[in-house]
Amino acid sequence: MPDRATPGYETVVGLEVHCELSTRTKLFCGCANEFGAEPNTNICPVCLGLPGSLPVLNEKAVEFAMRIGEALHCEILPSIFHRKNYFYPDMPKDYQVSQYDEPINVGGHLELPDGTVVGIVRAHMEEDTGKTTHVGGGGRIHEAEQSLVDYNRAGVPLVEIVSAPDIRSAEQARAYVSELRGILVATRASDGRMEEGSLRVDANISVRPAGSSDYGTRCEVKNLNSLRSLGRAIDYEARRQVELLESGEAVRQETRHWDESASVTHMLRSKEEAYDYRYFPEPDLVPLVPENELRRRASAGIGVLPAERRSHLVSVLGGRDHAAPVMDQVQTVLELSLDGLVASAVHAGADPKHALNRAANELAAQGEKAATLAPESFAALLSLEASGALSATQAKAVLAELVSSGGEPSVVARKLGFEQLADDELSSVIDAVIAGHPEEWERYADGDKKVAGFLMGEVMKATRGRANGKVVAQAFTARLG
Amino acid sequence: MSASSLLDRGVAAIASAIRTGEARAADLVEEALARVDAGERELHCFQTVTADEARRAAEAVDAAVGRGEDPGPLAGVPIALKDNMCTRGTVTTCSSKILENWIPPYDGTVVARLRSAGALIVGKTNLDEFAMGSSTENSAFGPTRNPWDTSRVPGGSSGGSSAAVAAGYVPVSFGSDTGGSIRQPASLCGVVGIKPTYGRVSRYGLIAFASSLDQIGSFGVTVADATTAFEAIAGHDPHDSTSINLPAPSLAATLGEGVDGLRVGLIEDFLDQVAPACAAASSAAAEALESSGAKCESVSIPEMLLGLPAYYIIAPAEASSNLARYDGVRYGLRVDGPDAEAMNGRTRAAGFGPEVRRRIMIGTYALSAGYYDAYYGQAQKARTLTIRAFDSAYERFDVLLAPTTPSPAFKFGEKTKNPIDMYLSDLCTIPSNLSGHPAVSVPFALDENGLPVGVQVLAPALGESVMLRVAAVLEAAAPGDCRGPVLGPRSSTHA
Repeated sequence: MPDRATPGYETVVGLEVHCELSTRTKLFCGCANEFGAEPNTNICPVCLGLPGSLPVLNEKAVEFAMRIGEALHCEILPSIFHRKNYFYPDMPKDYQVSQYDEPINVGGHLELPDGTVVGIVRAHMEEDTGKTTHVGGGGRIHEAEQSLVDYNRAGVPLVEIVSAPDIRSAEQARAYVSELRGILVATRASDGRMEEGSLRVDANISVRPAGSSDYGTRCEVKNLNSLRSLGRAIDYEARRQVELLESGEAVRQETRHWDESASVTHMLRSKEEAYDYRYFPEPDLVPLVPENELRRRASAGIGVLPAERRSHLVSVLGGRDHAAPVMDQVQTVLELSLDGLVASAVHAGADPKHALNRAANELAAQGEKAATLAPESFAALLSLEASGALSATQAKAVLAELVSSGGEPSVVARKLGFEQLADDELSSVIDAVIAGHPEEWERYADGDKKVAGFLMGEVMKATRGRANGKVVAQAFTARLG
Repeated sequence: MSASSLLDRGVAAIASAIRTGEARAADLVEEALARVDAGERELHCFQTVTADEARRAAEAVDAAVGRGEDPGPLAGVPIALKDNMCTRGTVTTCSSKILENWIPPYDGTVVARLRSAGALIVGKTNLDEFAMGSSTENSAFGPTRNPWDTSRVPGGSSGGSSAAVAAGYVPVSFGSDTGGSIRQPASLCGVVGIKPTYGRVSRYGLIAFASSLDQIGSFGVTVADATTAFEAIAGHDPHDSTSINLPAPSLAATLGEGVDGLRVGLIEDFLDQVAPACAAASSAAAEALESSGAKCESVSIPEMLLGLPAYYIIAPAEASSNLARYDGVRYGLRVDGPDAEAMNGRTRAAGFGPEVRRRIMIGTYALSAGYYDAYYGQAQKARTLTIRAFDSAYERFDVLLAPTTPSPAFKFGEKTKNPIDMYLSDLCTIPSNLSGHPAVSVPFALDENGLPVGVQVLAPALGESVMLRVAAVLEAAAPGDCRGPVLGPRSSTHA
C-alpha cells in the first residue's frame, strides 16, 4: 500500500528491539539488576571486566529469553555465545558477549491487532553496556570535554528481537512495538519501559516503488526513545529516501541518528565506516543446551498474551467485526489491563458497549491505578447507571472516587450526595421549574431545543445535580403531551 | 644451606613437620626469604616479593597449629605464583607496563585455595608479558636467568616460577600453560611441571591470554611435590563455566603404583624435529618404562605437527580480544590524548611490548571479515583433527611419550631475532593445549653441556592419575643430577 507521505513508494521497515530482562541479577554475575541506583554501585570484577574475571550464565535470564521466544512462536534451539569486538569506553571488556549465528530463538512471528503478521527472524541474548554521559561539546563523544561512565548497566541481560522487513508504515511500526511490549510484559520477562530504556528500538528503513518486490537500500536509524520518535523518524526517513531517489540520487547504506528536537536523521557512519566486529565463539562460556525442565518452567511462566486477551475481549463484546474506533478502545483497555473488569461486568449483565466506554474513557483516564478497581464494584456501578439510579455525570464521578479511594458504589454515591430522587420529588421540582420560567417553557414547547439545556440546568440546580438527565428529558417530553 | 634443610625435604615432610609443631612456618619462611634475597640479584625470578604477607601467613599457620587446628595440606609450604594470577591487595602485572601498578581487588580461585591450604605466598614470579613467549625475554621488567646457567633462559612463559623452584627458593610454584608455558620451562630448569586437563583447575583470577587453551598447573622439585601442589588447586569452581564439575582427584596416594602392563606410545613425529639430546631422552624414557613393566611402542601421529600453526592463529585471535580491555579507561596505564580514541591508542602503544602487539595484530587479522574462514576457521579444523588423532591414539595406548622441548635451555638473545624460532619452542607441547589433555614434563637427562632435559608424558582427558604414575617411574629411573634444585646459582661460564 503506497504511503500517503511518499506517493508512489512503499516504506519497508524491520525493527530491532532490545529489551532488558527483569532478572534480579545481571547476565554473568551476581550484581543487582536495578534501574536508577547510585552510579557504579552495582559492579564487581566480572561486570567491570577486571583482568582474570570470568562470566557465569544466569539461568533465570535464559528462562526469560525462552519465554520471549515461545511467546513469539520461535523455535528454541541449543545456542552459543560469541564475542562482538569493538572499542567503546562504556564496554568494560571492549567486547560484548552476544549471540551470533546460533541464537537461542529463531523463526517466529508476531500478529498485529489489525491482523498483519510480522516475521521474527531471531530473539537472541546478549549483555548490555554501561552508560556514558558526555559532558560539554553538545553531548557527543567526539566533542566532549569529558565523559562519565556508569557501569551499573554493564552486564544487564538483554534479548534483542529482530523482525523481518514486514512492516510497511510508521503506524504499523508503532503497533508492532506496542504489541511486542504487551507480549514482553505478559511473559514477565521484561517491564517493557521505554522511558527507562528497558525497551530500545532501532529501525531499518528503506523505500521502494509501489508494487516492486525488491528491497531498496536500507538505513539503520538509532536513538528512537519513544513510540512517537519511532513513527516520526520512519516518516522522515522514508521521505528523505524518496526525495533522494526522485532527484536521481541513490540511497547509501548507513547508520543514522534520530535528532528528536530537530526532527531529522543525520548520518552516524557509512557502510564503509561500519565496524568489523570480528565475531568468534566466546571461549569462556559453554554451549547452552536448555534442558526439558527449564523449557517446562519457561512455558509455565508465560501469562496470558495480548492476542489471546484481545480475542477474548472481542468475543465478550459480542463478535469479531468491530469498527476501528472500537478496536482502539479495545487496545486501550488491553494496554491498561482493564479487560478483566470489562469481561466480568459484561458477565454480570452490563451492556458490553457501556462497559467498554467507561473502561476505555473514564477508567483509562485514571492511568495504571485503574486496574486495581474491584470487578464487582465496576459491575455494580454500571448497573446503577443503567437503571437510571445514577446519571452519566454522577457515574463518572463515582467511578473516579472508587479508583482513588475504593468502596461500595452505592455508598460512595450517597457520600457524594447522588442519592436517587424519589419520583414525586423530581416531578414537583420539574413542575416548579416550568412554573418559574413560563416564557422559556413556551419557547421549548414551540420547538426551541436550545432552551431545553437551560431548563435542564435549572432542574439540576434545584436537585443539586441529583436528577438523572435522561429521566428529566423524558419528563419534559411527557409534559408537552 | 644444607641439603638436609626442611625446605629441601619436600612438601609432605614440610607440611607434616609444621602440622605436628616440629617446625615453625615462621622459621621456614625466613629461610625461603633468605634464599630469595641471596639469589634474586642474579636470577630475577620474582616480579614482586611479598615478604611481609608471607610472614603474616606463616604466623597464622603457626597460630592455627598452636590452637590444635589443621592449617591444611600445604601447611607452612613457601610457594611462588606466576604474576598473572590475581592476588587481592598485591600488585599483579603480567610482566607488562600496562598493568605495572594494578592491584586486584580479589583473589583468583587458585590463590584462595592455596591460602586456605596453608601455603605461604613468597612472591609473584616473572613471565613473558601476558604469558606470550618461551624465555621470559618478553617480560617488560627484564628476563629471569636459568639457575643452571645464568647465561641461559629459564624457558617461558612461566620461567620465573620454574626458576624459583630450580633455585631452591620454594619447593613448589604455580604457572599457567597455554602452549607449553609450564612444561617447557620445567624442562629447561630441571623441575617437574604439570599441565592439567583443561577445566580441572579454575581459571577464575588467571589473567587470560588464550581462554580456550590457558590452564593453571604446578611446578615441583619432585613428581610427588608437584602432584600435591596440583591436588590443592584442582576441582570444580562455579565461577568458571569451563570448569569440570567433578570432585578434585586424589593422586598422591596412587603415585607409587607403577606402570606394569601399561601401554605406552612414543610419538615418533617429533623425534627428528628436536635436538639429539631431547630425542635421545625420550627414547631412553621409553626404554626405562619398558624395563619397569610397561609395553612401549613407537607411534606416528602426523597431526601433531599441525598443532603449531593452528595454535599461532587461535591463541593470538583469542588474545586480541582478551587484551582489548586494557584501554586506559578503568585501570592500569593511561596515556592521555585529545579524545578517548587517541587515549586508547596511546595507552596500548606505550603499555604493550613488541611481542604482545605482534600477536594482537595477528589475531585481529585472523578474525577479520574476509579472513576468518581462511585463518581462524582453518585453525579450528586443524584443532579438531589434533583432538581426533589423540582420541584414536588413546584407543591403543594408556599414555603417550614425547620430548618436552626441541632443545635444552638456550642463550639469551639466541631466538629473539626471528619470532618463528621462538615459537618453535612450543612444538611438542602445543598439541595437549589444543586437545585440552593433561601432560607433564619430568627431568630425565643432562645434555652434553650439563643442562637438564625433560621428557613429556601425555594422557587422555582426566588421565592425570595414570600420567603421574608414569612420571613417578621416570623420575625414579632418571639420574639424580638432572633435576633441581641448584642451590646457589652456578656460574654463567658453566660448561
